[in-house]
Amino acid sequence: MIRVRGLRKHYKVHERPPGVAAAFRSLFHREYKTVAAVDGIDFHIEPGERVGFLGPNGAGKTTTLKLLAGLLHPTSGEVSVDGHEPRRREDAYLKKIMLVLGQKQQLLWDLPPSETFALNRAVYDVPRPQFVETMRELSELLELGDLVKRPTRTLSLGERMKCELAAALVHRPKVLFLDEPTIGLDVSMQATVRGFVQRYNERYGATLILTSHYMEDVQRLCPRVIVIDKGKLVYDGALDELVTRIRPDKRIILRFSRPVDESDVASFGTIVRDADGSGANGTKPGAPAWSIALDVHMDAVNRVVTEALSRLPVRDLTVETPPLEEVMSELFARGKAK
Amino acid sequence: MSGLHGTLRAFPTLLRVGFMDAVAYRAELLVWTLATTMPLVMLALWTTVAADGPIGRYGQPQFIAYFLATFIVRQLTGSWAFYEMNFEVRSGTLAMRLLRPVHPLWAYAAENLAALPMRFLVSLPVAAIALAWVGGRAVTHEPLLWVLFALSLLGSWLITLFVNFAVGCLSFFIESSMKLMDTWLVFFFVLSGYLIPVDLFPLGVRALVDWLPFRYQIGLPVELMTGAHGTAHALTLLGRQWMWVAIGLGTTSVLWRSGLRRFAAYGG
Repeated sequence: MIRVRGLRKHYKVHERPPGVAAAFRSLFHREYKTVAAVDGIDFHIEPGERVGFLGPNGAGKTTTLKLLAGLLHPTSGEVSVDGHEPRRREDAYLKKIMLVLGQKQQLLWDLPPSETFALNRAVYDVPRPQFVETMRELSELLELGDLVKRPTRTLSLGERMKCELAAALVHRPKVLFLDEPTIGLDVSMQATVRGFVQRYNERYGATLILTSHYMEDVQRLCPRVIVIDKGKLVYDGALDELVTRIRPDKRIILRFSRPVDESDVASFGTIVRDADGSGANGTKPGAPAWSIALDVHMDAVNRVVTEALSRLPVRDLTVETPPLEEVMSELFARGKAK
Repeated sequence: MSGLHGTLRAFPTLLRVGFMDAVAYRAELLVWTLATTMPLVMLALWTTVAADGPIGRYGQPQFIAYFLATFIVRQLTGSWAFYEMNFEVRSGTLAMRLLRPVHPLWAYAAENLAALPMRFLVSLPVAAIALAWVGGRAVTHEPLLWVLFALSLLGSWLITLFVNFAVGCLSFFIESSMKLMDTWLVFFFVLSGYLIPVDLFPLGVRALVDWLPFRYQIGLPVELMTGAHGTAHALTLLGRQWMWVAIGLGTTSVLWRSGLRRFAAYGG
């Protein structure tokens, strides 16, 4: 479905130091530097896959999505999406895809979303019965109700994003590029959007590429992730495998029926502390604690659990995978690459 | 070809939505109408100047006819696509238009055309006033010249639209395209016949104006409407106008294609 080989996007950027003198000098002599937003990446995505693009700010995720959507022309390399070369922006291609940018909108600002839907029906040449059926379905899944009749400018961010998604799907695209679709939304709206996107993928077999700063979006939606850092691909594979590779630990949270000294559990694993050195529930370092979180190598989890239960007054115990945010921070900090 | 076919099929919806957008803000419409009343100011000015006797071929009735016609032509051929393009290129929101299977320039053109009914609403009373004030003798009685007037009105709109497109496309390349548009407008106001009928210019300047595009944005339709030219000369001027339409189309096409390669779709 999607093939990318040696994809590069370099920008020439004018650089100017601050100050009036520098501004004046730049009238006569300008200095440019080349920024490699995307620097030679390769990947292949099968039809119907859900793939998450991860990376720090400025890593090249959104640029890659824009290259795939045909908005940007690559500096070099090959891109093919369902047999089309995106930069040509053929009508047949544009009718198969959609890019939803969480920070940009296609809804007509002064008119109700229903007018954008009607406009999209016309420009995508969607047969009227299919349009009616799609809108009925989208309204139901996204609980649009009367939102579609109110001017877009009067809608809340979450309401607008639901309508944005509906507008993006009027023509039932086969490939959906989602760039930060849940940005700024509250937790419940994030869950609604995630659930909807998953159902759309399952129902229509659409291929889906997602970028998000909310790791939960990626964890819930994308069995496969592609990690990009400084324009280069640093990981492509299953999310679980990435977590295992970077953090082969599990987090065991122990809750006690009476306070326990840290020294009694220090031998089990690494005690998790906040940035200020405090332990679980804000316990001061060295002080007896009602609960302690430990990072333990996954192979040692069974042994540690057994020993903790036999030696400590454990009231409750949970075993978790370390938060994806921490895993990603560690990946980028260490520059751990494939 | 299929692209054009699809665009034509979608065009009525583009026009309908564009019209609804145009009427969404009544206050904006009023401000916009007030901003285009300069010909009425010039009418007052020039009729005062002509009170002591005609200037060139213009007596008071001719100035009244000329500037009311200028007001109408400006209403019907104005374009503001540059400002939208400039904003959308710089902010990256052009991306949303590029994702649709309708050429963005067609979409801008449709938005311009969609405002036409509102512009007619403003123009019709002015045309009625003109007829009541200076009578039927203010306009040509030659049917063929009315046909040529209609063609020149279309040509005038197309030149103005292509100028907006071309300078809008420069936003892909330079940060100061707004200044370029301002510069263009200075020449437009002086040399198009918007403020001064071009036949009042000295001969040397007139010869230059004949070959520049500005006169064909306003002056020519106004001159044809007010019967300033015979058929042969009108055809010559119309030929020059459509030469500028072709140049505008070619320039826009080249700038759009090369500019798009530089589009960075900034911001999200």
